[in-house]
This record gives sequence, structure tokens and C-alpha cells, in this order.
Amino acid sequence: MLIAGRACLILALVIALYGIGASLYGASSGRREWVASGRRAVYALAGVLVLAFAILEAAFLRSDFSFTLVAGHSSTTTPTFYRATAVLSSQEGSLLLWVVLLGLWSSLLLFLTRRRAREVAPYATAVLMGFAAFFCSLLVFLESPFVLSSPAPAEGVGLNPLLRHPSMMIHPPMLYSGYTLFAVPFAFAIGALITRRLDASWIRVTRPFTLAAWGFLGIGVILGARWSYTELGWGGYWAWDPVENASLMPWLTGTAFLHSMMIQEKRGMLKTWNVSLILATGVLAILGTFLVRSGILQSIHAFGASTLGIPFLVLIVVMIAGSVGLVVSRASELRSEHRLDSLLSREAMFLLNNLVLVGMCFVIFWGTFFPLISEAITGTKASVGPPWFNRVIVPLALALVLLSGIGPAIAWRRATVANLRRNLLKPALVAVAVAAALGAFAGAAESPAALAMFALSAFVLAVVTQELWRGVRVRRTMSGEAVPRALVSLVRRNRRRYGGYLVHVGVAVLFAGVAASSAFQTARDVELQVGQSTRVGGYDVKYARATGELQPAPNGRLEKIDFGAELQISRDGSPQGTLVTKRSFFPTSDPNLGPVSRFFEGEATSEVGLQAGLRRDMWSAVSPSVADLRPQIAEGDRVFTDAAGALSPEQRDGALAQALDGLTRSYAGDPPPATFRLIASPLVSWIWVGAIVVFLGGLVAIWPAPRTAPRPAAAAYAARVARELGRA
Amino acid sequence: MDPSRKRKIRFVAASACALILAGALVYTSFSASSEARTPSQLASSATPGEVYQLTGKVQPGSISSSGTTHSFRVRDRAGNVSIPVSYTGALPDPFRDGREIIVDVRKQGSTFVGERDTLVTKCPSKFTAEQKT
Repeated sequence: MLIAGRACLILALVIALYGIGASLYGASSGRREWVASGRRAVYALAGVLVLAFAILEAAFLRSDFSFTLVAGHSSTTTPTFYRATAVLSSQEGSLLLWVVLLGLWSSLLLFLTRRRAREVAPYATAVLMGFAAFFCSLLVFLESPFVLSSPAPAEGVGLNPLLRHPSMMIHPPMLYSGYTLFAVPFAFAIGALITRRLDASWIRVTRPFTLAAWGFLGIGVILGARWSYTELGWGGYWAWDPVENASLMPWLTGTAFLHSMMIQEKRGMLKTWNVSLILATGVLAILGTFLVRSGILQSIHAFGASTLGIPFLVLIVVMIAGSVGLVVSRASELRSEHRLDSLLSREAMFLLNNLVLVGMCFVIFWGTFFPLISEAITGTKASVGPPWFNRVIVPLALALVLLSGIGPAIAWRRATVANLRRNLLKPALVAVAVAAALGAFAGAAESPAALAMFALSAFVLAVVTQELWRGVRVRRTMSGEAVPRALVSLVRRNRRRYGGYLVHVGVAVLFAGVAASSAFQTARDVELQVGQSTRVGGYDVKYARATGELQPAPNGRLEKIDFGAELQISRDGSPQGTLVTKRSFFPTSDPNLGPVSRFFEGEATSEVGLQAGLRRDMWSAVSPSVADLRPQIAEGDRVFTDAAGALSPEQRDGALAQALDGLTRSYAGDPPPATFRLIASPLVSWIWVGAIVVFLGGLVAIWPAPRTAPRPAAAAYAARVARELGRA
Repeated sequence: MDPSRKRKIRFVAASACALILAGALVYTSFSASSEARTPSQLASSATPGEVYQLTGKVQPGSISSSGTTHSFRVRDRAGNVSIPVSYTGALPDPFRDGREIIVDVRKQGSTFVGERDTLVTKCPSKFTAEQKT
């Protein structure tokens, strides 16, 4: 199977190169059959890559340790779900996933647009196949997932325990879908520049894919944050780590593009800006992949000294140079058809929103690459931490939320004072009332930035509610429908607009959650003995009892040992529930360690105890001390070493399980003091609620409009044309 | 006002704003940054009270804990010079002997005291380079 997998990758590389050649030859010679052949090459590429991925996936599922990749990232004790997804935790597997998704999304795009954008599509196909050829080359020549492990080990290393979390397994396909889908508008923008077809048609063709890219990348980012919150033992969801930043940057420029492209569609303006924005987004998507694999920046994530840094750098330089060259050479065709009529207009608000989003992206870029920048300027590597990011990003985030409220309420071209008063006065009053109430009664005035964010979020909600209510009222006047039905018809008839409004609501809710949980969080690191209590954010937390248990794998062998704690929460003497948190100890495969100590010298991960609620989350993680167990562990190792050869493997496994069971009972029965991190975090759940609303809004916006809607207009138009013709 | 003059004024105002913001960004980033240092660099010269970003490996066998305060030594990635570090707070899950860490520290007496919530440990297996012989 290794050979078959390798053959698939080589074939994929050949197909990608053929696709580039066929598409470019077809476009330059005008021979449509070559263009069609180039398009079919994309379908074939997707098929071959899916086959390669299936071969690798099957090897993981059957724990075929003759594949070096399987032996290094999975084991027989890894649960089936994580065995199926362990492929994503490796560099080679994630690169393969990248190009598989690129092939699939490109195939879908080219199939759906096979009768549209005929001039631009062949060049876009060549660009997409160029990306595919690059990634296939990496997989064939530098990082092959199909390498023989000889002799095959009896057991694999296993999946990194930190990655054993459902959201971490969905996170990579979402992120990579986002990155690869952003390659689609990037490729069409290049095609439009080459062919000088710089009207809004390339934007219309790729709009659903741009929106899907934005949605997938956003889901990927939020899943990463959720994983960080519920799996890592620090209780935060965002650390401004380079890898996190790398995924956020293209999302920000993609969001800016989704707004500014409307101005080009409606008024033929901002052509240079739009094309530059999407080209930058494409470059940033690749930059994210480069950052993860080059090792140029220090990060939580281990970027080993990979061999992929230089190839990615070359690709980025080629992308930037090609993009800049094309934009500069097409400057005259990129001139706007209209000028900005007024600074008080929706266009101006969109432009401001774009500047804020791009500003955020630039700030994050600056902070992420600051070690390299400072080294270049001062000769000393220095870095900026989360406090700097928070200080700089907070004002921009406030401006962004404010603009997301003003945008839907202001008129296109030129807004009058009367228009502004009519649309913004009531929402502004709501915002002031919310700020006053929260400042006076909820103690929110302690953090002016958080208070401002709550007020602006209320402003956005009020604007959208007002817009919806006005729309519903008009529908009811026209059709006499009941309110719920009128609301549904209103949204159905203009999904893009109201989907966008829903996204704004989600963003406002999300930012309110971020503001509350950042400004009013209470955290304590404390050592407790069983029976002792501590106080966190107005809640009493009591260490009620210690727990210890063995966790068998599906194949009957031990997967891990859990030592944990049961915590009772109360407020003013009233019970508020129980938190169960533990630390899982996974065995290492180090042959120099004894069979018992292997479980305590390997990876250990926190299993967070979380009581989530709409008002507040209670979060806990425990670090049990195993120092008191060291003599028993050493004794166990000595006994097993002495008995080596006298026991069959089955007897040995059984005796080991008994010994470890004794250790866990010993820990649970007479636990030493354990250290805890306890956090009371208000409104943090609203971050996830807001993200779901954003996702739903994106779905509404991307959903195809009903086919029945244009018919009356088309019929009326046909009738008018017929009348005109009759008169002629 | 003449539209082209109006555009020029807008352009100058926008450029001035952009320059001021860029200046603020540069100033705040340089003033808030902490210099990256290896253990051997800090062992030879470190100003008490100043914050440095220390990068290195946890020296095997050096970790000891008392309540929520943890003491350990950090040594150069390639080399034997090590410095004592004291850190109060929760340790990241992957933290253990031999792991690469990054932590903001401040010299106090002969020990380097870690700033709260700045200790990060590199994830050991994600995208690590292959051990090529």
C-alpha cells in the first residue's frame, strides 16, 4: 500500500503539471478542448489525492506500523476516533489534507462555473493547479507520508494527548478548508488581472466560495479557541500565539473583502483595493502555513527545524511579486467608475470598516513578526506579549463594533442628517441606557473598555432589531402576513443582507463575551487538601474528594491513568453544583523506563472541570502531586524487572494493571495536597453563542436565493420588452 | 470647495492620521517588548528588575514544587549553562524535564522570577522535525 500511496502522489504531481500546461495553452490559443482538459485534470487530481488520503487513513485505522507516519502518531491504545484523525497531527498528513481539500474545492468550483467566466477560468485553473503542484512536490520530494518503517514496531508512539479533543480533530479540516477556499478568489483575481476582465464578474463567480472560506476559517479559529479553553490547563481561549494569529490574519482581510466587494458590485469602485485585498488574503493564508512549518518564530507549538521553510518562502515571494506586478501593470483598468460622494454614506462606512479590519491585521502581523522586526532594526530579538496585543486591538475592536452598527443603518451614496437621526437615534439611546444601567448597577464601570463594548454591542443589536422590524412592518403592510411569517419572507427575499445583519449580531455578542470574560474574570492558583475550601469570584470551592482510576483502551490494554478531584461549589452557603477535574497520565514508549514509571514520565494532560452557564463559567484544573507515590512506583518497576521472563505478556499486562490499580486506590484513599487553578469567568459562553450566530448568519448569506424570486421581474421585463418591440 | 482640492485635503489628513498611528504602533511595541535571552546571556549580564524573555530547556532533575510555587533550572538549548527560575502559578501540561520553554523573567537576587501566566512549553510532537541520523 505504501507504493500505491506514493504512486498516487507522483501521479497527482504529473496531473497538476499537465493541468497548468493544458489550461494555459488552451487560454492562449483559444482552443476550448484544452481548457476543458485542464478542468478535467483538476477532477482527476482530486480523485487521485482522495485515494492517497484513503490509503493513509486505512493504515491509521488498522494500526499498520509499517507506515512510519502511523508508528509516529498513533498506537493500538489510541481510541478509534482519534486513530482516524491522528493523520492530521503529522506534518505530512496535514500537508496531504491541504492539497486534498484544494483539489476537492477547486473541482467543485470549476464544475459549478464551467459555463461562466470562460476567459478568466483557465488562468484561475492554472493558478490552483500551481498550488497543487507545489504541495504535491513537497509530499513527493520532501515530506512523504508513505515511508516504510522497517522493521515495523509492535506498538506506535500514540497521538499527542493534548490533541485528543473532538474540536482539535475538526479544527484542521476547517482551517485548511478556509485556506484552500481563499485560494479560489485569489486564483480568479489573478485570472481577471491577466485577462484584464476587471469588472465585478470574477467577484460574483467566486462570492459563495469567498463566503465559505470566511465561514470555514472562522469556525476553525473558534474551534481552536474552544480547544484551548477546555483542554489546555490555563483557562484562556486566546494567547496571541503566532499560530493563532496566523489563522486570524487572513480571516480579517477576508472579512474586509466581503464588505468592500459589495461596493465594487454596486458602484464599480475600489477595484484596486478589492483585488489587492484578496491577493493579500491568499498570501496570508500561505503565510499561516509557512509560519507553522518554518520554525522562524517561537511559539507554544513546536515548529521543528523543518525543511519546508525555504520552499514556502519562495512560494510567498513569487505570490507577492506576481500580485504586485499584475496590479501595477493593470492600474489603468483598475480605476474606479465612480467616486465617493460623501463621507456620510454606506460606502464610506464600509471603507472605514475595511481600514479598521486591515489595521487589525497589520497590528497582529507587526506583533507576530516583531521578533524579526526588532532584530532587523536593533540587532536584538525582542517580542511583545498579550498585554501589548490587547492594548492595541481593543480600540480597534470598539471601532469595528461601532461601524458594524452604523453600516446597516446608513444610506448608500449620501446620508442626510434626517436619515441618520431616523436610523441611529434610538439605537444610540439604547446604547447609552445600557451603559448607564451596567455602570450604575453591575459594576461594569470598573473597566471602561468593557463598558464601552457592552454599550456598542447593545447599539448593534438595537440597529439590527430596528431594521428587521421596519422590514417586517413593510411586508405586513404589503402582504398582510403575520409577524413570524413576514420575518421569514423578509429574510428569504434578501438573504445576503439579513444574513450579514445576523453576522453583525453574532460579532457583537461575541465581543461582549470577550469583554466580560477578560475584564471581570477571577482566577486563583491554590494548593488544597481534601476538605479545604477557597473563594473564587464570590463562590466557595471545596476540595471534596480525590479520584483515581485506570482507563482501558478498546483493545483491553491501558490507555491512561486519571488522578483527579471532585470540587463542590457553593455561594452564600447554597450549593451550586460539582466540578470534576482530573489529570490524565499517558504512558511513554521510552524503553529505558520501568513499566510502572512509564505512566508517570510520559505526557500528562489536564481534563478540565467546567460548569458552563450563560451568566458565568466555573472552570477548574488540577495538578495532583505524585511525589508521594514515587517509592511505590520505583518498587513496582523493580518487581517487574525481577520477574522479566517469568511472566507471559498476558500475565505481565494483568499484573501491571493490578499494580497500577493499587497505585490509583492508594492515591484516592490518602491523597496528598493538590494544586488547582480555579476561574470564575462571566459571560464567556456568549463567545461560543456569538460564534454560532455568526456561523448561522454566514449560512443564511451563502444560501442560494429562491429561484421563484426573479421570475415576476423577468416576466415583467419580458412584457415591457415585448410592448416596446410591438411599438417599434 | 473645489472637488480636487477637497480630495487633496482628505488625502493629506488621512496620510497624517496613518503616520501618527504607525508612529504610535512602533513606539508602543518597542517600549512594551521584552528582549529574548538565553540562560548563558542572562547568567553573564542581567539587570535586576528588567523583564527578559528567557528561552531554553528545563534541566532534567531540577524541578521542585512547594504549593503553587515551582523552582527549576533552565539551560541553553545547546550548552550546559543554566540559571535558577522560580515560577508561581499553574504549569502548562507539557512542562517537564528537558522541554523547551519560553518565560518572561525578572532578576531578583540570584534567582530569576517568572512573570505570572507567561510560561509556555513547546508542544512536543506537533510538526516536530524528524530525528534524522
